[in-house]
Amino acid sequence: MRVRDRLQALRAFVTKEARHILRDRQTLTILLLMPLAQVVLFGFAIRTDVNEIRFAVVDPAPDAASLGLRARFAGTDRFRTVATVPTVAALEPLFRRGDVEVALVVPRGLGDALRDGTPARLQLITDASNPNTGTTMQTYAGAVIQQWQAGLPGTRGAVRIEPQVRMRFNPTLESVNLFVPGLIALVLTLVSAQMTAISLSREKERGTMEILLVSPLHPWQIILGKVAPYLLLAFANVVTALVAAWLVFDVPFRGSLVLLLAASTLYALVGLALGVFIAAVTDSQRAAMTGSMLGTMLPSTLLSGMIFPIASLPLPLQVLSNIVPARWFIVIVRGVMLKGAGVVHLWQELAVLTLMLVVLLAVATRSFKARLA
Amino acid sequence: MSAPAVIAPDAPLVVPDGAPVVVRGLRKTFGATVALDAVSFAVAPGELFGLVGPDGGGKTTLFRILTTLLVPEAGTATVLGRDVVQDLWGIRSRVGYMPGRFSLYPDLSVEENLRFFASVFGTTLAAGYDLIAPIYRQIEPFKDRRAGALSGGMKQKLALSCALVHRPEILFLDEPTTGVDAVSRREFWDLLDELRRSGLTIVVSTPYMDEAARCQRVALMQKGRVLAIDAPDAIGSRYPRPLFAVHGLPRHALIEALRAFPHAASVQPFGDTLHYADARSTHPADAVVAELLAWVRGRGITEAWAAPIAPGIEDTFIALMGEAAA
Repeated sequence: MRVRDRLQALRAFVTKEARHILRDRQTLTILLLMPLAQVVLFGFAIRTDVNEIRFAVVDPAPDAASLGLRARFAGTDRFRTVATVPTVAALEPLFRRGDVEVALVVPRGLGDALRDGTPARLQLITDASNPNTGTTMQTYAGAVIQQWQAGLPGTRGAVRIEPQVRMRFNPTLESVNLFVPGLIALVLTLVSAQMTAISLSREKERGTMEILLVSPLHPWQIILGKVAPYLLLAFANVVTALVAAWLVFDVPFRGSLVLLLAASTLYALVGLALGVFIAAVTDSQRAAMTGSMLGTMLPSTLLSGMIFPIASLPLPLQVLSNIVPARWFIVIVRGVMLKGAGVVHLWQELAVLTLMLVVLLAVATRSFKARLA
Repeated sequence: MSAPAVIAPDAPLVVPDGAPVVVRGLRKTFGATVALDAVSFAVAPGELFGLVGPDGGGKTTLFRILTTLLVPEAGTATVLGRDVVQDLWGIRSRVGYMPGRFSLYPDLSVEENLRFFASVFGTTLAAGYDLIAPIYRQIEPFKDRRAGALSGGMKQKLALSCALVHRPEILFLDEPTTGVDAVSRREFWDLLDELRRSGLTIVVSTPYMDEAARCQRVALMQKGRVLAIDAPDAIGSRYPRPLFAVHGLPRHALIEALRAFPHAASVQPFGDTLHYADARSTHPADAVVAELLAWVRGRGITEAWAAPIAPGIEDTFIALMGEAAA
């Protein structure tokens, strides 16, 4: 076949695929309305516990009292001190990168204030882009300070310590802010991985795959033709979820839309490659549906940090979560939407997704054979 | 019953000049199941060649190997002079294939299906129109109807049109008339006759013996083996015994009675008659008929009728299957 004929064949394939999608009104309606329904449904948060909170201290003038307080934090296994910096300004990049979740700002002359009985102002800064863990971490930190205060020798009634809490990035503590990024991941997984797997295995069940294989179409044309319309649908879903979140819940969007859509495309491609692979190793629509449910939807919901923070999963599941694409994608979406993070901050996650895409594409094209078996 | 007479074996494989299909010693297994075993045959240019046999005979596997969808474990196969394993892409654009199942898109219209398959094969509906016109014209009034809403016969015609639209040099049809009414089946075979007359080579499989008779040559297949290859009439005449059609009621009692007859070689139900083969090949036919009627009358069946008949392809097939099983 000449190149022109190949392109024409590809265009015919995409048209045909778009007709399948447009004519299956029920499925299409569900797919288009799902992000909306999900955003509303997942308005509720699930309270969770946290461990190993990454902790930073701002202590411009250390004295006996401030060192004693720091020792208290070091002594609990909930907090892991990752940084001690001299100024509040130095915290900014730590928070932005997600290196630090809670920071304690100790004022100058804490010991003197305690001795003199003048009010001392301790400030707690919590990264609350995840509202569940945000509140929990804040409570834990407050408890540590109270214990430290109770254990001070010769406590005087005049001393007042006011832990001030400032929430960062998600000041209203709206749980929906947390869920929208997770939902985008979930919807993209469904549309890209599951729908592609089902649609490919439908061709197998109908027997049309046999004709497509006997035709001069190359496997890449079949895959590309299958995937392109679903990519478009995935795009529509991301936009719907964002608009719904913004209109209904006032979820902020602080970062770059272009970056988010680019990352979504990357993630959708990962899902599509996964879908092609699932369809290649299953024989029926039902098996493909079950396979994609177990292989993509469950991990994307449970092991991605969408509902349960990764930090509170058992260690083996934490390790496992690293190979779940949604885990990395959700970090990107939260970073872009809630923190306004850019490529500089998210390059690691983007790199992981790109690597996953390369591996999955290799596996998918290998498993999608030019023959039946 | 007496010892079975042996049915004449096939002549050695002769490959005609420019044979579009040549298969030698093909073998394919799926786990413990042997789908094809030592299958060899050649199809002549412009021939309407039938693969005949019950389900599980290996016909679909054979089609899938010939259309490059499966790779054989042993043996070789060439289609249009190209090896099915080595020259995958050389074969794919030149064959037309209609798989066994209904293999069109039910949610696309008749015309959309046709245009899609034309594009996939790098051509257009207009370019292939004159070839498919005799078939397509019959369904063209319904070109905007969704393929899923067509009757069985119209679906087959659409599938055939889709398989032909890119002007293939050879056509593979896997049980094209399964699940289609009798009238549509006959129409479909008339279309195949027309295509053959235009010079197209056609390999078609069918479980129906009446359809097998419309092929120029057939290969009888069972459990992955070819039992015989010949023209349908020639296969019938290979039947080694005198054959009689017997009518009578009650049918079950008649079968019992005939099987109990001392010279019975085989008794097979064929529609509403029975085919009785006599073990004595030189006994006069009149005498056999008289003896048979006397015998069944003695067993309480008064209304019976018998006459000698020429064996058909199905008689030979059943006898061959019996031999293969023995």
